[in-house]
Amino acid sequence: MVATTSPRAERQRLVRFDGAERILHWVNAALFLTVMSTAAVLYVGPLAAAVGRRELVRQIHVWCGIALPVPLLVTLAGKWGGGLRADISRLNRWTADDRRWFRSFGRDPYVELGKFNPGQKLNASFIAGVIVVMLGTGSIMNWFHYFPVDWRTGATFVHDWVAIALFVVVVGHIGMALADPDSLNSMLRGTIDATWARQRRPRWYAEETRTSDETALH
Amino acid sequence: MARAEATAPEKGTPVGRRVFLGMVGLAAAGVAFGSKAQDWLEHALAPITARDGTGLSTFLPVGRFRIYSVTGDLPGKNVADYRLKVGGHVSQPLTLSYADLQAMPPTDLNKDFQCVTGWRVHNVKWTGVRLGDLLNRAGLMPGAGGVQFRSFDGAYTESLTMEQALRPDVIVAYSMEGKTVSREHGGPVRLYVAPMYGYKSCKWLDAIDVVAGKPEPGYWEERGYDVDGWVGKSNGRDDKPTS
Repeated sequence: MVATTSPRAERQRLVRFDGAERILHWVNAALFLTVMSTAAVLYVGPLAAAVGRRELVRQIHVWCGIALPVPLLVTLAGKWGGGLRADISRLNRWTADDRRWFRSFGRDPYVELGKFNPGQKLNASFIAGVIVVMLGTGSIMNWFHYFPVDWRTGATFVHDWVAIALFVVVVGHIGMALADPDSLNSMLRGTIDATWARQRRPRWYAEETRTSDETALH
Repeated sequence: MARAEATAPEKGTPVGRRVFLGMVGLAAAGVAFGSKAQDWLEHALAPITARDGTGLSTFLPVGRFRIYSVTGDLPGKNVADYRLKVGGHVSQPLTLSYADLQAMPPTDLNKDFQCVTGWRVHNVKWTGVRLGDLLNRAGLMPGAGGVQFRSFDGAYTESLTMEQALRPDVIVAYSMEGKTVSREHGGPVRLYVAPMYGYKSCKWLDAIDVVAGKPEPGYWEERGYDVDGWVGKSNGRDDKPTS
């Protein structure tokens, strides 16, 4: 306790995710796990037979799916969304180093990464795409009477294939998080060890420490 | 200058936005052309899924059944407890057990199963008793015009005209792919109307009622589906006929 309250110890941890971002992450995670588990029950025959209550499962799936964009939009809209907005613009932009990292499957030792690696950037873009695509195709499937018959087939086709891709990506995301406890911990508590940042995300470390140096000077 | 460059917030190309917009664009194309892409993919993947020893390919959304039920639950009945009632406008109402059905002359049908929502499963093997044989055994009375079906889910109903019911490719199926029809596929006994969309093939078949004159439309027909659900010639669809 004493060590963490001393100024020196405080400087050794950097804020990686603010409170709003962390709440958003875990609310999103809960919603995604709900739509994915209900999807499995709707899609896999033996699971459907074991669970039963199909109409209830369908309703949960549909309503959680409709709710999916809400936490993101609420976090983006408010004054509490500064951290998220800054991170989204970081996730969007790929530097020359990012491309080199990506081409070498993360093995190029001379690459200097910013706050997020290209895998994390792709994951974020993919999830954003998934929310919109699944909401659109799911709506066509749910309210098919208002659309041409061919769209229903097409929407089901897209919804199913994207769902398979989403399962693979989410399993990968959870696997990566479990393999890096520091990183996972920072999504729970918000901060991460400065040494981790200096070694794994040198450009972000430089950004953060320069700002705090300047603040200290003024 | 060098220091400022090294520590400035990240700049770069907006790949994230491109990935996002690319996904939305691809999905829109998938909705528009998905029904064609699906057929193509099924043919392309058929050699792989046929040889897949892991069983993982059964999770892929090609050539697989989707399980629907109109009630909150998937109903189920043991083979031993199962009884099929044939009644109404007949001279001798019947109550048949699973074994009674098996004792009648069997009919095998190996046909595609087409759903009105768009999916199709190729070459599904059904075994059962011709509906016409059952009706003849019960003895149709003069003026019998149609057949109504009730499911033991307590909600689903279906119907056929007498002409449709007597077709040789309409069976009361007790076996699918060589096994008792499973619970999710409407077992232990269901109707299989090969030339029509799946909603005509009443699952969890409980009772067959012969009626004088025109039969009542079934569950989905009350909700907008065509009564004569011929594959490729109804519900505004142009799928390849199944039988």
